[in-house]
Order: sequence, then structure tokens, then C-alpha cells
Amino acid sequence: MQKFTTLTGVAAPMDMINIDTDMIIPKQYLMTIERTGLGKALFFELRYDADGNENPDFVLNKPAYRDAKILVAGDNFGCGSSREHAPWALLDFGIRCVIATSFADIFYNNCFKNGILPIKLPAEDVAKLLDDAMRGANAIITIDLETKTISGPDGGEIKFDLDDFKRHCMLNGLDDIALTMENADKIDAYEANLKTTRPWL
Amino acid sequence: MSDPKTLFDKIWESHLVDEQDDGTCLIYIDRQLIHEITSAQAFDGLRASGRKARRPEANLCVPDHNVPTTPGRGGTDEIEDDESRIQLETLEKNAAEFGLPYIPINDARQGIVHVIGPEQGFTQPGLTLVCGDSHTATHGAFGALAFGVGTSEVEHVLATQTLIQRPAKNMRITVNGELPFGCTAKDMILAIIGKIGTAGGTGHVIEYAGKAIEDLSMEGRMTVCNMTIEAGARAGLVAPDEKTYQYLKGRPMSPKAGAWEQAEAYWRTLSSDEAATYDKEVVLKAADIAPQVTWGTSPEDVVAITACVPSPEDFDDPAKQEAAKMALKYMGLTAGTPMTEIAIDYAFVGACTNGRIEDIRAAAAVAKGRKVAAGVTALIVPGSGLIKEQAEEEGLAAILIEAGFEWREPGCSMCLAMNPDKVPPGKRCAATSNRNFKGRQGADSRTHLVSPAMAAAAAVTGKLTDVRDLD
Ligand code: SF4
Repeated sequence: MQKFTTLTGVAAPMDMINIDTDMIIPKQYLMTIERTGLGKALFFELRYDADGNENPDFVLNKPAYRDAKILVAGDNFGCGSSREHAPWALLDFGIRCVIATSFADIFYNNCFKNGILPIKLPAEDVAKLLDDAMRGANAIITIDLETKTISGPDGGEIKFDLDDFKRHCMLNGLDDIALTMENADKIDAYEANLKTTRPWL
Repeated sequence: MSDPKTLFDKIWESHLVDEQDDGTCLIYIDRQLIHEITSAQAFDGLRASGRKARRPEANLCVPDHNVPTTPGRGGTDEIEDDESRIQLETLEKNAAEFGLPYIPINDARQGIVHVIGPEQGFTQPGLTLVCGDSHTATHGAFGALAFGVGTSEVEHVLATQTLIQRPAKNMRITVNGELPFGCTAKDMILAIIGKIGTAGGTGHVIEYAGKAIEDLSMEGRMTVCNMTIEAGARAGLVAPDEKTYQYLKGRPMSPKAGAWEQAEAYWRTLSSDEAATYDKEVVLKAADIAPQVTWGTSPEDVVAITACVPSPEDFDDPAKQEAAKMALKYMGLTAGTPMTEIAIDYAFVGACTNGRIEDIRAAAAVAKGRKVAAGVTALIVPGSGLIKEQAEEEGLAAILIEAGFEWREPGCSMCLAMNPDKVPPGKRCAATSNRNFKGRQGADSRTHLVSPAMAAAAAVTGKLTDVRDLD
């Protein structure tokens, strides 16, 4: 997994609540058996019209935001299905960080497995960042995971919270499975015990 | 004496393999269900790192999401759509390569993962059970801690039989009293979501309690737990009771005689302590619930069938007002229209929410002696091949076919329209599934979530209908 230390880039505003995983990546793209190549279908329904042409009003189609690395959105981002295709599509497009007032649990977890940083902030902070993000190509913000700080275009700073374990894994690009394997003896012990506690399994 | 514990606390603690100082836990996962859409990349990951499945027999693989449901569909090799066939072949190959149990499409046991898990006795009280699918919450009806995971976590479970997690918070929803005539588990959960919202349960595991929950059949409890994810929660739970044991007894993968007694004795310890406390509590009166129907593009956009389409101004929050405006536009609805005046083009009874025998019985009871309205296409898609067989034996299929419903092979079908079962653009569907997101049932399709009886009622009248008004 790609490390996440600092990220500087254009932030795109998506001032909507309940941005669900069907919106992030519609089902016709779930037929793939690969992880890559989904960026072109990110926000498909919003991004393209019925003939497959780009909808010029959609934020990521505007020249200033085509290379956005950060999304700023409203409540309950990523609700809906468990499809990891949602973070894969974001990543493939180039989004490495999503900032919102709240996230759906499964999506939130899936982000960390793919080196995308989801940041939960209070509504006032998100409103401020949405405001910053409205400034088009000038909407450049920097995220520093080490110090858990977001710096806006005016030099204003916002602190965010993240549990230490997740931060550590992101900073070092650690693979969860390898980490867990370090505890193999504990899993062995649990399973040995299972034979007496719940032998019917 | 130790602290009073909730059912969630008990299951969590009994699955703890390791806990770090910051509260990050490694928990043991007893079982995993696997389907074709969210697993291919997980198996690739295993191959790339040279890892094996740690306990192959702890998994069960079945294709469901993109399978065709046309009668007499045949085996994998007969699927016309290339992408869909490749996904099924990939699952079949992966299951064989890693030694996992697999149920093929032309096996009577095939069906929607969340229907066949309980049906096979794979789902049991006190288990931790995951699947790369958010509606894994369904299995909580048995008092199992069951939740959806992403593909990376599918791989993590295959490789290690564990997951790295933090404990959820405890929430309890108590539904007191008795459900009124014409109301079902589906109406109950829709009403709950209407009350707490689609983020009302975020970060929590919801335990359902109260007489109205206890009175539900196992099927009904599954319907309620299924849509717990639509309330934003990680999982739903109902404490196991006699109905649970009765349901599981004799199922192919349930504990066998001898082991059964021991298992049941353990299951009987699985309830929240009386003095246990919850981070959040919601109490509802079942008597207040009327048949529900959604009007918008989020499951929380729900009203009683006796109500009218709301207006954006009815909401205080500006974000909600904006969302309501967009939803009405997408749904082609005008505020103030009585819900019962909305004409439909399609009716769909099925999905992991309402594709079980009780649901088909409810639809057949309404369909009996009636006809599907002119211009309406109505589909009944059983949740599994075994349910289909049972419904045929009970004569339900004959009633439904006679009434003009299409009788299909099992699968997810029109719930998410990944297979050929789609609602065309601009068309409106009364559906028993769980999501009414934009485009969920097909590009530009319009979904109204309802109970099976309500879907059948809409099919025969051609518009959204209060099932209590049918004579
Ligand atoms: S029936 Fe619908 S909600 Fe259930 S697993 Fe299939 S696609 Fe998902």
C-alpha cells in the first residue's frame, strides 16, 4: 500500500449529503475482476450525460478540479454497499483524501486499506473547507498526517483526529495481513481453545 | 460480579484474539460468505502474496448478484453475458483452487448469500460472520455478530481468519406492543429508519428488542436486521430464542445431534444482561406503525402509505431540503400528491430483504383471485432455489403465475439490476428490496420500497396501494 505522509493538492467541493457508493461507482463497473481502471467511471452518473458526454457542471469536469486530490463533502459519505470499488475508483482518479462531517463505517474502513485518508471534521470546519474549495485552482490545501493538520490556502490550520494505529499504518504504508500474521501464535491459541469452547464449529 | 454486558459485548469479548493499548482489536471471524462481485481481487491478493485460505471450510461461496433469473437458465457456461459469466467462472475457479465449499448456479441450494446462510444452518447464534456485502447485517437475526466488509478484508479473513477492528458502540431499539393489521417487519424497519435516519446508527451495533421483535418470525427478524445497514449501523442483533433454535434444528450445517445440546446450551447464554447499558436508546410503539413506502432516493425518505409526497420545505435542515428537491425531481413526483395516487410500471418481490418463503406467501395471499394490472410487469424472485421449490410445493407459484406474475430463478435480480432484470429509465417500481438510490434498479429507474404484500397490492391495482384497503 502507498504511504500517506503529506498531501498537497486541489480540493474539490461536493456539498451534498448521503453520497452513496452507487453514486461513487455504479454497478455496471462491478463486473471487473481487477482493482484498477475504475477512475474513468468515478461518479459516473453525475459526471456524464446519457450520451456519455461530460457534464460541464459537475465539479470534477471543471478545468480547475480535473486534477483534484481531495474531496470535501457533506454528511454520511460512502453510505450504501460495501464495494471496495468505491475507494478503488477514487484512488484511480487520483483522490487520496476525503473530508466530510461523517462517513459510513464500511467505506471508512475500506479507505485505509487503499491508502486513502478519510478525515472526519465538525460541520464548521467542513463549511470552511468547502468555502476554500470553491476557489477553483486556488483551492490548494495541504494535509499533514504526522501532525494531523490541514492547512488551507490562507494559511489557516485545522486539526483533525485519527486513531494511532490507523495513522501508523497509513504513515508507513503497512499491509494489514502482514501485521496480523505477526500475531499468528495468538490466532493458533484461539483456535486451539475453540476446540473445547465451541467444538461444534 | 462482572459488569453487565450487552449481547454485542459478549460476542465481541468471546472473539477477542488480541487487543492493543489504543483499543485496536484483532477479532476472530468464525465464518465468511463469499459471492462473485467482491471476491476476485481478494483471491488475486492471496495468490500474489503466496498465501492460502487459513480455514477453507469456514467459508461458503455462492454466485448471486449477477446471475440471470430467467426460467431454465442452466449452468455457468450458459450465461450469455461475458462479464457476468467470467465473474462466475472466476469464483468457481478460486473456490476450487483454495479449497472452499462452493454452490453452483444450477444447484437447488443456490440463492442470495444472506438467504442461504441461514437456510443451510451456516449462520448460527454467537458467531462472528462476515461477507463482502453490506447486507450481511441480515444474519444478526440469529444473534450472530454479522457485518459487511470490503474486498481487502475478505482477503484478510481468508488469510488469517481474523479482522482488525475497534469495538462498536451499543444501541438498542425497542419496539413495544403489537404490529397492527397489514403491517410487517418491513414496515417496522422502514419506520425505524424514517425516525433515526440513514446515519442514525453510524458506529453502533443495534440490538432490537421488545415484544414486537420477539413476535416476529425468523424471516421477519432477518428483514429488520437486513436493513440495519440502511440505518447506518454496522450490524443488527436479535437475541436468540426458541424460534431461533427451532429454525436451525436439522439444517444441513447446523450442529448435529450430540453437539446440538452443547451448542444450544451456549446459545442460551447469549442475551444482554438486564442491567446492561447502551450508548443510544430508541423506543417505538408498534401500534403507531402503518404500512410504509419511500418517496425519495434514500431509505430515510419514507412515509406511511396514507400520507402525501412531502415538500422540501417540510424539512428544517437546508441540506435535507436540497436533497429532497433533487429526490422529487429524480422521482418525478410533486409535493402534496397522495402516495396512493402514484402509478407504477413494475413490481418486484425478492432480494435478501424479502425473498423468503413468508414473503412469497404474503404476495400470493394478495395475488390470489386477482390479476396484475394492465401495463405492469411484476416479478417474483425467490431468495433461493429451495424457497422456490417450497413455494411451488405450497401452490404459491401457481397462484402467482395465474395472477400474471413472472416466476423466476433465484438471485439478487432487480434489487440492484446487475443482471438483465432492470427497470427501464423513467419507469417506477414498487420493490421489496432495501435501497432506493438513484439508478439502483436500472439507469434512471424510480424505486418505492415497500413490504411484499404492498408490492403485490401495487402490482394488482397498478398504483401504490394501502394493502389494508384491498377487500
Ligand atoms: S439482494 Fe440486493 S441487497 Fe441483497 S445481497 Fe443481493 S444485491 Fe445486495
